[in-house]
Amino acid sequence: MVATLRIDELSVSFAHRTGTAAAVDGVSLCIAPAECVGVVGESGSGKTQLFLAVMGLAGNAKVSGSIRFQGEELLGAAAPAINRVRGSKLTMMFQDPMTSLTPHLSIGTQLAEVVVCHLGRSWGEARIAAGRMLERVRIPEPQRRLNQYPHELSGGMRQRVMLAMSLLCEPALVIADEPTSALDVTIQAQIIGLLRAVRGEAGTALALISHDLAVVAGLADRILVMYAGRIVEHGAAAELFRQPRHPYTAGLLECVPSLSGPRLARLPTLAGQPPRPGEALQGCSFAPRCPRAADRCRSERPVLTGASTRQVACHFPLA
Amino acid sequence: MNHPLLQVRDLRVDFGRHTALRDVSFDLFRSETMALVGESGSGKSTLARAILRLVGAAQGRVEFMGLDLLRIPASQLRAQRRNLQIVFQDPLASLDPRMSVGEAIAEPLRIFEPTLTAAERSRRVAAMLERVGLSAGLAGRYPHEFSGGQCQRIGIARAMVLHPSLLICDEAVSSLDVSIQGQILNLLLDLQREAGMTMLFITHNLAVARQLSHRVMVMYLGRLVEIASCDALFAAPVHPYTRALLAAVPQIPPLAAAAPAARGERAVPDVTASGCAFRDRCPYALRVCETTDPPLLEVAPGQWAACHRSHETLNPLS
Repeated sequence: MVATLRIDELSVSFAHRTGTAAAVDGVSLCIAPAECVGVVGESGSGKTQLFLAVMGLAGNAKVSGSIRFQGEELLGAAAPAINRVRGSKLTMMFQDPMTSLTPHLSIGTQLAEVVVCHLGRSWGEARIAAGRMLERVRIPEPQRRLNQYPHELSGGMRQRVMLAMSLLCEPALVIADEPTSALDVTIQAQIIGLLRAVRGEAGTALALISHDLAVVAGLADRILVMYAGRIVEHGAAAELFRQPRHPYTAGLLECVPSLSGPRLARLPTLAGQPPRPGEALQGCSFAPRCPRAADRCRSERPVLTGASTRQVACHFPLA
Repeated sequence: MNHPLLQVRDLRVDFGRHTALRDVSFDLFRSETMALVGESGSGKSTLARAILRLVGAAQGRVEFMGLDLLRIPASQLRAQRRNLQIVFQDPLASLDPRMSVGEAIAEPLRIFEPTLTAAERSRRVAAMLERVGLSAGLAGRYPHEFSGGQCQRIGIARAMVLHPSLLICDEAVSSLDVSIQGQILNLLLDLQREAGMTMLFITHNLAVARQLSHRVMVMYLGRLVEIASCDALFAAPVHPYTRALLAAVPQIPPLAAAAPAARGERAVPDVTASGCAFRDRCPYALRVCETTDPPLLEVAPGQWAACHRSHETLNPLS
């Protein structure tokens, strides 16, 4: 079976005054058809840059490695080849639904445009498809929404429009970058439910990028944990949450305040802070914050090892 | 119980035709941490600003240490500011980029303790920097040289340097990564315990509220819908909105069964609307909810809720 997305040794780096800073550093991953993969990490961990590179939206960053979508290499491909899949078979929805919609075009026009451009349908047909898709993402009064403008919709509704737009051409993969982070918790629950339903209905693969472990926990089959531009742990969602093996994953999980369990006199914390981009670190980039770090961690960088379904990049992983 | 440090009564704030806050009444006792939770647009920040008189109130009373903050003359209000400090959400935006962090922390001292010598002032600044977990040697640096978590420590140092009796934190950890968030919450907990400070902690994150607070107030569309002790609120929430809010929080491991969440989305606050503001989204709404605004009533000792069915919802509803 051909993977929907296969990334090999991908690096994304930015030039600055004193050299280059790698936002993504040698990341390899694979997403199978209909699979939901969660990518978690804190701000600056490189999770968004990784997928912007997949979409060919990394701007003036230097991208190296390989990005194959349904077997076809995207990195270095000519613009027409990329534009054939981008926005139709490979789509991305962003965190802020206000700035990712065009303010002066009606919702109907913005949605129909995708169908006209990618599927070559007439505007009339495209508008009907747009209305149907709004119904599928459970927007109340879908026909009325077609004539409305982004500012007339709430944040939750705009995010539903973004999802509708990314689903219009029956994509093989939807990349959702913090799709619920700007939303209130009751609306977030609705959007998570919707993403779950969409996956079930259409067999679309989903890459879910989030800083919120709990959001990812409710959706993903597999989870990749990123730290300082690299994948530090990877595994099936339930297993990773039950038994994290990288000290960073374990620390992160401990830090998430819970609604159940005892109230604590002091909250668990991870000491220190992540390295700045471009900060040259020998060895493991988590070593300065790691309670288990030894001399070896400060001199030798650990590589991702283990069975293909459960990997960890640590010299002294938790049992 | 001791006398409240802050008493808010019937507070109402209008923005043009919109009512952002109405009928807000509560007491805040000395050395208490009160969490104020609610979704965006519910009026949490407006309440903080109205207490500090950063926005004008249309009616009501804010009594702080025996003074009605809404009615005292500006000069007297300014003198009170040293007792009322606030920490904002965006740590970098709330610091002046051209002022070294040492100067930023010294500024309140210059204003409120003008008799301090320069040496005494820098000693106080150094001590405060150390207290919030930063090295005193960093006083000459500028905000852009610090990370978000460090800037928030600086914001807290600036608020705490005058030993205020009330500290308002408006989403003070919301822009921080989860590994940093715990560090800042622990710092606030320590400061609160050491100094016996009273804290109003505004957050949209219920799990954070649970870890930090003695009592919790829940706000929906400009009204307080529930006030309870932290333990009671999380163990036995009364208001259907509180229940929906708690059910919507994603958990690890994920909850198996989807609890009854709130339907639809919130409406735009409207002065002329009668009835309960939550009724359109409420799975328990009755006809009376459309016509009559439910008052905030004590439904159990120390637990207040604004719901016509609060006596039923104390027991599980079918």
